[in-house]
Amino acid sequence: MFEPRIVAFFCKWCTSAGADLAGTSRMTYKPNITGIRVMCSSRVDPEHILDAFKNGADGVLIGGCHPGDCHYQSGNYQALKRVKLLKKMIKDLNINENRLRLEWISAAEGKRFTEVVDEFTEEIRKLGHIQYTVL
Amino acid sequence: MKKIGVFVCHCGINIASTVDIPKLVEDLKNYPGVAYIQDYKYMCSDPGQTLVKEKIKSEKLDAIVVAACSPTLHENTFRMAVQTVDMNPYNCEIANIREQCSWVHKNITEATEKAKRIIKSVVEKALLDEDLEPVKVPVTRKALVLGGGIAGIQSALSIANSGYDVILVERQSSIGGRMAQLSETFPTLDCSQCILTPKMVDAGQHENIRLMTYSELEDISGFVGNFKVKIKQKAKYVNWDKCTGCGLCIEKCPKKVPSEFDQGLGKRKAVYTPFPQAVPNKPVIDCENCTYFKTGKCRLCEKVCPFDAIDFNETESFIEEEVGAIVVATGYDVYPVLNMSEYGGGKIPDVIDGLTFERILSASGPSGGEVRRPSDGKIPKEIVFIKCVGSRDPENHYPYCSKICCMYTTKHAMLYKHRVHDGQPYIFYMDVRAGGKGYEEFYQRAQEEDKVVFLRGKVSKVYQDDDKVVVCGIDTLSGSNVEIRADLVVLAMAIRPSKGIEELAQLLKISIDQNGFLTEAHPKLRPVESLSAGIYLAGCAQAPKDIPDTVAQATATAAMVLNLFSREYLLHEPIITGVDEELCSGCGLCIAVCPYDARKTNREKGVVEVNEILCEACGACAAACPSGAAQQRNFTDTQFSNMVKAILAE
Repeated sequence: MFEPRIVAFFCKWCTSAGADLAGTSRMTYKPNITGIRVMCSSRVDPEHILDAFKNGADGVLIGGCHPGDCHYQSGNYQALKRVKLLKKMIKDLNINENRLRLEWISAAEGKRFTEVVDEFTEEIRKLGHIQYTVL
Repeated sequence: MKKIGVFVCHCGINIASTVDIPKLVEDLKNYPGVAYIQDYKYMCSDPGQTLVKEKIKSEKLDAIVVAACSPTLHENTFRMAVQTVDMNPYNCEIANIREQCSWVHKNITEATEKAKRIIKSVVEKALLDEDLEPVKVPVTRKALVLGGGIAGIQSALSIANSGYDVILVERQSSIGGRMAQLSETFPTLDCSQCILTPKMVDAGQHENIRLMTYSELEDISGFVGNFKVKIKQKAKYVNWDKCTGCGLCIEKCPKKVPSEFDQGLGKRKAVYTPFPQAVPNKPVIDCENCTYFKTGKCRLCEKVCPFDAIDFNETESFIEEEVGAIVVATGYDVYPVLNMSEYGGGKIPDVIDGLTFERILSASGPSGGEVRRPSDGKIPKEIVFIKCVGSRDPENHYPYCSKICCMYTTKHAMLYKHRVHDGQPYIFYMDVRAGGKGYEEFYQRAQEEDKVVFLRGKVSKVYQDDDKVVVCGIDTLSGSNVEIRADLVVLAMAIRPSKGIEELAQLLKISIDQNGFLTEAHPKLRPVESLSAGIYLAGCAQAPKDIPDTVAQATATAAMVLNLFSREYLLHEPIITGVDEELCSGCGLCIAVCPYDARKTNREKGVVEVNEILCEACGACAAACPSGAAQQRNFTDTQFSNMVKAILAE
């Protein structure tokens, strides 16, 4: 079975804490994802995402605080704007826009974290290996 | 290349049971940059930390990666430990292989591979981590308190009593606020003025408090520990340095206008103090109503003043001060009865709000404490109180509970009964919320001893019929319609933040919620801080609350201010986003995304400059920068790129 490789960026305050909660609650999820902790989802530069695809990531997940809950007031909105735009751009590289996903996962949502990761992993598994067109 | 030490923790069996640690160590020992790797049963224990410290010295390590539990648990532990052997704490990184690996995966091969990916990516980060020093910020040990009600007075006194200077700014000519208008306070029925005025006098006379009444904040710049504020004092037309407060001018002034302090029930003069116990007890001339300002003739006050204190040429004045902390305690206004036309608000003179009824009950009020209704001065024999007017009504008015109305309405009914023994008070209510020390007992007493009739239900209509005010409602407990021909109706109007809160919030760069109240930094754990460092919130400006809660919160703001003032320097997280002036084109994209106004264009140089103290290290600007000039320290683009590659390498 194809095992996708997924790179994730988790904001320190919400999603990374939510992932920790999934751990302390001994929930389980697919191991295909590897997370990088950032201070805020707004730190994720579209270049980091493209870098991941270029280096063979089959999917990229970004986790931030729910709207209105951002530790830095508006960082998650910045992330949303960038991801929306980038989704359009990666289509031009023949990358399915569903390979990039932004989710709001709070520090209290351990269960939701596992659901998002498992669901995203399966979706990427269906999409298969990353392939892109060099423009 | 830096020499990295990797320390893998078993966490007993928490990590070791799902991660094959011997294989992990074997596979990582030749990873570029890893100069030393060792595992241990409990890395956070004393022997574990000692091992880390010894190896840093013996192996001459430049940075370490501790592969263990979540950094929220022990990042600080290990950063403290490495400092004892002269390693910069920012060269210590945590790889989370417990919460985000061993605890969530069952298959040993998969978990081991994932742990390797996590550790490799953190090694890549550590390879490029720089030594960082916390940004040191000096503190101006002087506080600004905005609002001279009980919250502001309490906060100012607590700070001043600890030996620090305070500027207490109040918009009215006297401090005292809403509490000075109240008759008696629940649940003890202490006279409000009796407990408040000594505190007002203390604040007025305190050697560390500079009282600035009739004043408002005009401008502010700076940041925590280092604010620069500009305060405007409106023109008083009375020289307070000369004035002794003798009151002759007030006595002789021929112009009478409705008194705001008495909610329009009584009169004041055009030269006036809002109430006799005012602090400072010195008058101001209300130029909108003064005969001289309107017609050019009169100046009676000037003629009678024995001290030559009247000055019709006085203009507004400004002072500029530096302060380290700001407390916002600007209080509340009552939602005007005009908004309740279905209850006759604004049309029927004997439909009034609760604050007006406080003045009617007050011994220093316009009727000397005798309960007389506004229209004809008759003593009301039947009186209806309606609660939750404008509150808890998301469709038409405000969704929130104004919190104080249940108790003050109960108090109103009780005090009325104490004054008018043959009178009958009725209270229409949605719920009775008597949560507070002694509140439930107070509510019980109103029903049992003072025979207040509580009717659970809403009022549909209020109308005038001859000299009666007819209240039609429903008692949902008995299921019957109720019609009361009352002499007076008191509406427990919603309370809302005082006028001008939006402008003030904008000036201070603090946020307000959907109902206009100031937003605290965290609803549970940081209830007295605003989201801007160094600005604290007290009283009803933050949310509706009663006097004990207000005083508690105000005292807490003082504790926060003193905590700030106890430090010589503030230490600020140094992982901020700097600017590489060689690369920066001054486009300003980073300025637009910064939530903290930490970035500004230097027009001379044509580049952006960052205020390291204001920067909170979110990194939004670094992602926005098109040229790579904005790089977040120890979270650089290169570090992320290397981390991503490490995760994806076969």
